[in-house]
Amino acid sequence: MKIAVCVKQVPDSWAEKKMSGQVLDRAGVDAVLNDLDEYAVEEALRIVEAHSPTKEAGEGSGHTITLISMGPERATEAIRKALSMGADNAIHISDDALAGSDALATSLVLAKVISTEGFDLVICGTESTDARMSVVPAMLAQRLGWAALTFAGSVIVEPENSKVLIARSTEFGVENMSAAFPVVVSVNEKINEPRYPSFKGIMAAKKKTITAKSLSDLGIAASAVGASAAWSSVKDSLLRPARSSGIKVEDSGDGGNQLAAFLAEKRVI
Amino acid sequence: MSQVLILVDSVGGQVSKSTGELATFGSRLGSVTAVVFEPALAAQLNGFSIANVVVVTGVDTSKYSPAPVAEALAQLITSKSATALLVTSSARGKEIAGMVAVISNSGLITDAIDVDADRITTQSVFGGGTTVHSAVTTPTAVITMRSNSIEVVAGSGTPTQEEFAPTISEAAKLAVVNSTEPAVKGGRPELTEASIVVSGGRGTNGDFKPIEALADVLGAAVGASRAATDAGWYPHTHQVGQTGKTVSPQLYVACGISGAIQHRAGMQTSKLIVAVNKDPEAPIFELSDFGVVGDLFNVLPVATAAITAKKA
Ligand SMILES: Cc1cc2nc3c(=O)[nH]c(=O)nc-3n(C[C@H](O)[C@H](O)[C@H](O)COP(=O)(O)OP(=O)(O)OC[C@H]3O[C@@H](n4cnc5c(N)ncnc54)[C@H](O)[C@@H]3O)c2cc1C
Ligand SMILES: Cc1cc2nc3c(=O)[nH]c(=O)nc-3n(C[C@H](O)[C@H](O)[C@H](O)COP(=O)(O)OP(=O)(O)OC[C@H]3O[C@@H](n4cnc5c(N)ncnc54)[C@H](O)[C@@H]3O)c2cc1C
Repeated sequence: MKIAVCVKQVPDSWAEKKMSGQVLDRAGVDAVLNDLDEYAVEEALRIVEAHSPTKEAGEGSGHTITLISMGPERATEAIRKALSMGADNAIHISDDALAGSDALATSLVLAKVISTEGFDLVICGTESTDARMSVVPAMLAQRLGWAALTFAGSVIVEPENSKVLIARSTEFGVENMSAAFPVVVSVNEKINEPRYPSFKGIMAAKKKTITAKSLSDLGIAASAVGASAAWSSVKDSLLRPARSSGIKVEDSGDGGNQLAAFLAEKRVI
Repeated sequence: MSQVLILVDSVGGQVSKSTGELATFGSRLGSVTAVVFEPALAAQLNGFSIANVVVVTGVDTSKYSPAPVAEALAQLITSKSATALLVTSSARGKEIAGMVAVISNSGLITDAIDVDADRITTQSVFGGGTTVHSAVTTPTAVITMRSNSIEVVAGSGTPTQEEFAPTISEAAKLAVVNSTEPAVKGGRPELTEASIVVSGGRGTNGDFKPIEALADVLGAAVGASRAATDAGWYPHTHQVGQTGKTVSPQLYVACGISGAIQHRAGMQTSKLIVAVNKDPEAPIFELSDFGVVGDLFNVLPVATAAITAKKA
């Protein structure tokens, strides 16, 4: 199988995030691999391990895991982290013209890479921790004309039947879905527990190939992406005053009554 | 007058509460056409700001999800020359919106909490810390609206009704729903729609009875932290947070929940936040309007009794 995992570098979720003009100020904060994408990488590794004669990913498994990431130069840090978990290689799309891209442009670029390289399975996280749109996987499937199996809480791959089965929980209950290759899957955090990179993994990652691609490599016009092409544009952003903590009482038998009195005062009851 | 489409959601044959909210936002932008995929829902759409109802026929939404819905909506956008499509910000709603945006070459805004007559949207991002105003530059704007963002304004009259038979591509039928295990529906409101949510975390130690009792006297939905859903104490569908549901009710009551950043991401924009936690240093108190430092097994029953007494 040829598996791709889409990984995004995001500001650390613990860090203070703010807008700089019309875009997220990414320079001033620590950047990490998007939480959910660690689960996507882990799931890809588990799928390969389950179908590898050596029970391991990598050379000899007969399968490959390629990371795809669109983002600034700095995103290589997040890519190395995912490589050190055990992915085989990576494609990093970086181009100044991509700055300020909306979700439509992001999905356009990622879909172009995926269709050019050709994969059986593309795995994404369900959402990024910065913009939290949860739309890129569905948009990719739509652009590629592939099946979308999204928000998966469990994934089973049957390479011999070129088939993927997932279970996902929605507002309506648990849906069991399936589709034939090629498929875009997005996974949530219930699916597995991502491994920590081993020392061996970290050393090996340093030698793994990250192929840099620019827009012209992909045959995408700079005018089709980036802030100027975005179909939605930020007009302004305001920092809201931080929520200040309110009243705090110590319970000595009466805390429940005080709580009820507060709700009554606020006219909630 | 501009044409605006809204996608009507339903659970168990009942139109969702968010429908009235979408209609209220939509009527600011133009004449509202509500789109339903189950004919029986059309009769439930009187009394909203809805001028017209389109009943989409020939789409089996229970078997294929959600690509055919997206194709049908994109075709309606074209046939109505709609300037906006409004969808609820649920996991499914966002996915449909993303697909429609790709098919119809439209700009997409997710999780808006407001939209004005000029199609300028307001989003509350980074856990509610920043407010962003955006504009969509394409002829049609696809916007997902967060529940509980507006008071529903009632409309008058009965909407006109028409049928629409879309052309569904083979690609939209590639992902198949083989079976659905329906969510066990209690008598409580849907989590994302409820005006009050009472949530329990690891501090419940698996006993959600005091949480449910308080929820029921408040007419609230029950939520849970990831620690509680991971332990199997409460279904995953009730998880609030980054990877669970995002809620923004009038009142959020967090019981035995520490207030991890991933939990906050799903509840921080609630209008009022109340916390019960026995650790005075728990981070949840930093964003609470009212906090009780104490054991939830003592505090909640007293609060439930006091609220029952006040309501009587
Ligand atoms: C505060 C804020 C608000 C925004 N609002 C909007 C908006 O309303 N409309 C709009 O069109 N754009 C918006 N954007 C831009 C948007 O964040 C980017 O276009 C982004 O690439 C796609 O959205 P997401 O990160 O939320 O992806 P999601 O759909 O949440 O990501 C899901 C998965 O897709 C994959 N993925 C996403 N991005 C990448 C990437 N760059 N490289 C590799 N894999 C990736 C990952 O696997 C990820 O887990 C906003 C950005 C910010 C910072
Ligand atoms: C990728 C990722 C995604 C995540 N997504 C989510 C998400 O969507 N939602 C989510 O909630 N978490 C999420 N988490 C997990 C999050 O980081 C926390 O681990 C989780 O929220 C902790 O749950 P908790 O507050 O119930 O438990 P704890 O942090 O263990 O807190 C329990 C609290 O209960 C208090 N307590 C104990 N006993 C009592 C008592 N008798 N009475 C009163 N108080 C008591 C304690 O003082 C403590 O503050 C995610 C984590 C990751 C890595």
